[in-house]
Amino acid sequence: MAKTLAEKILSRVSGRDARAGDLVIAPVSRVMVHDSVIDAVIAGLRDLGRDRVWDTSRVAVFVDHAAPAPTPVVADSHRVLREWVRQQGIATFYDAGEGVCHQIMVEEGYCEAGTVIVGSDSHSNSYGAVGAFGAGMGATDIAVALALGRTWLRVPESIKVTFTGRPRKGVTIKDAIMRVVREIGTDGARYACVEFHGASALPQGDRITLAGMTTEMGAKAGIVVGTPEAPDWLFPDHGAAYANEVRIDLSALEPQIAVPPRVDQVVDVSEAVGQPIDVVFLGSCTNGRLVDMRQVAATLRGRRIAPEVRLEVVPASRRQFEDAMADGTLLALSAAGGVIGSSGCGPCLGRTGGVLAGSEVCLSTANRNYRGRMGSADASIYLGSPYVAAVAALTGVIDDPRPYLEATDEELDALIARRRAERPGRGAASVRSGDRSRELMLSAARSGVAMEIDD
Amino acid sequence: MSRAWVFGDDLDTDQIVPGRYAPFMVGQDKFHLYAFCDARPGFAKEVRAGDILVGGENFGCGSSREYAVAALAKLGVGGIVAKSFARIFFRNCVNLGIPVVESDEASTLVHDADEVALDLVAGVLRSPAGDARLRPVAPFAREILDAGGVVAYLRAHGDFPKLA
Ligand code: SF4
Repeated sequence: MAKTLAEKILSRVSGRDARAGDLVIAPVSRVMVHDSVIDAVIAGLRDLGRDRVWDTSRVAVFVDHAAPAPTPVVADSHRVLREWVRQQGIATFYDAGEGVCHQIMVEEGYCEAGTVIVGSDSHSNSYGAVGAFGAGMGATDIAVALALGRTWLRVPESIKVTFTGRPRKGVTIKDAIMRVVREIGTDGARYACVEFHGASALPQGDRITLAGMTTEMGAKAGIVVGTPEAPDWLFPDHGAAYANEVRIDLSALEPQIAVPPRVDQVVDVSEAVGQPIDVVFLGSCTNGRLVDMRQVAATLRGRRIAPEVRLEVVPASRRQFEDAMADGTLLALSAAGGVIGSSGCGPCLGRTGGVLAGSEVCLSTANRNYRGRMGSADASIYLGSPYVAAVAALTGVIDDPRPYLEATDEELDALIARRRAERPGRGAASVRSGDRSRELMLSAARSGVAMEIDD
Repeated sequence: MSRAWVFGDDLDTDQIVPGRYAPFMVGQDKFHLYAFCDARPGFAKEVRAGDILVGGENFGCGSSREYAVAALAKLGVGGIVAKSFARIFFRNCVNLGIPVVESDEASTLVHDADEVALDLVAGVLRSPAGDARLRPVAPFAREILDAGGVVAYLRAHGDFPKLA
């Protein structure tokens, strides 16, 4: 009988003819653990009566969720984690500042297509970016997987998502996946695997955006069909049975906005135009890569962000950080007034690196906008693409990014000025450090006392 | 008898224990005291061992944080009956020994603060307005729940329950 990708992978790894609805016990090719749950995982292993993980070469450990440590309690937990890693002899260990677990798992090649990988994080679905069956699980499940090298799974039904056409300028794969969440809902893919068709040619980063955000539909896994990393046998059969099918014509897609507090409360950007924004967050495993940072820098075109807005930039990994440094993107974002944080989850989950105050409104490029996700329960979080984030930073409001991308320099300044003028006064304009000292240097140079100042 | 705490649809784990009160933010001995602190102030103080949570669709969606379930286990929650569960939350409950049972009727039949009794053998949640029928729990999960969670099960048997 014809099989979906999930049925194929789970049949192969479990050695049974697995169909949607069956329970299987599957060996895992890797287990991912991060700082947020390490105490519970270690406690789970201890409670299981196991001192050692089943295979040190197949365990990957990350310090990314609250990193660098924001409080003494967290710092202690990180210390315990490091001691555990050393004592277990786990070589695949990425400490604070190396980046978000999922980004590293995929980009550093730890996700083998066609295998099952479990992670202590709900966005472990991201590994479907390269054709792995990645599933997020709780600490006890992870402890069990670390002890046995196996996990139990109910073979999920699959939902087929097919993309056609090419997105227009200013529309991204983030808009596409938000559109899918809008169709399917936060619960529409519960226990299911979302299979993406028509996405195999996308860059790896875009595929991470797709697979990772299947978590927001309740999915157990999200897998991109036909990735360059996939072995020959890894394709869904013709005639495989799907619980649901969704087709999205990318060429007709508008930029999308998720309105707080639900990820599936998604509207075309035109319905959110003018919404004031206090903080813009550019980062996360969903949109913290070089291409995302470049899209923002390109939209800013050397302009400064609105005086009363804060822009927080957190590259998803050290590699993305350094690439963005090398090509000048980070310098451009800093010069625009952005704050660059060390690689990791940053403010995405409200633990470190700029949490939101009550009544603050954030435009985030991440994947979640639940109440309290990024700090105060009274803050509101809109989700959007890096282009929308760039425009929100420039103007202080949500707007359709496309006219900004098409505008001449004069038109761009006029657009920005108009939106800023319409925005109700909120917050206070920060002085940019460096401006005054540069000014002083210039006037000193003009009056001929530059040498003294340089001393 | 236990008390019913009734919640709506799409109750996410950030509402059960907000991330800022994670065990590693406030300590292992305190995080459960923040259960529902935003969504249902007073819950952690008033809940009694054996109380039952009743919910709608997609109970426990959002982050995979197991400490949301661990907090409920620490507070002695005796079971959760909802129209449907988010999958990681469901697994976490089975693993930590909290019965999670699906029922289409419970959320309409049962009102907040009702006296209720969860009868897994008969497959019903008893309430003043009548019995809400429960969907049967899969034998695999039932074996783990009966052992008091997956850790207890594995300690006793060394491996997962046998698959049919
Ligand atoms: S960046 Fe955000 S969504 Fe991604 S793993 Fe970190 S906390 Fe989770």
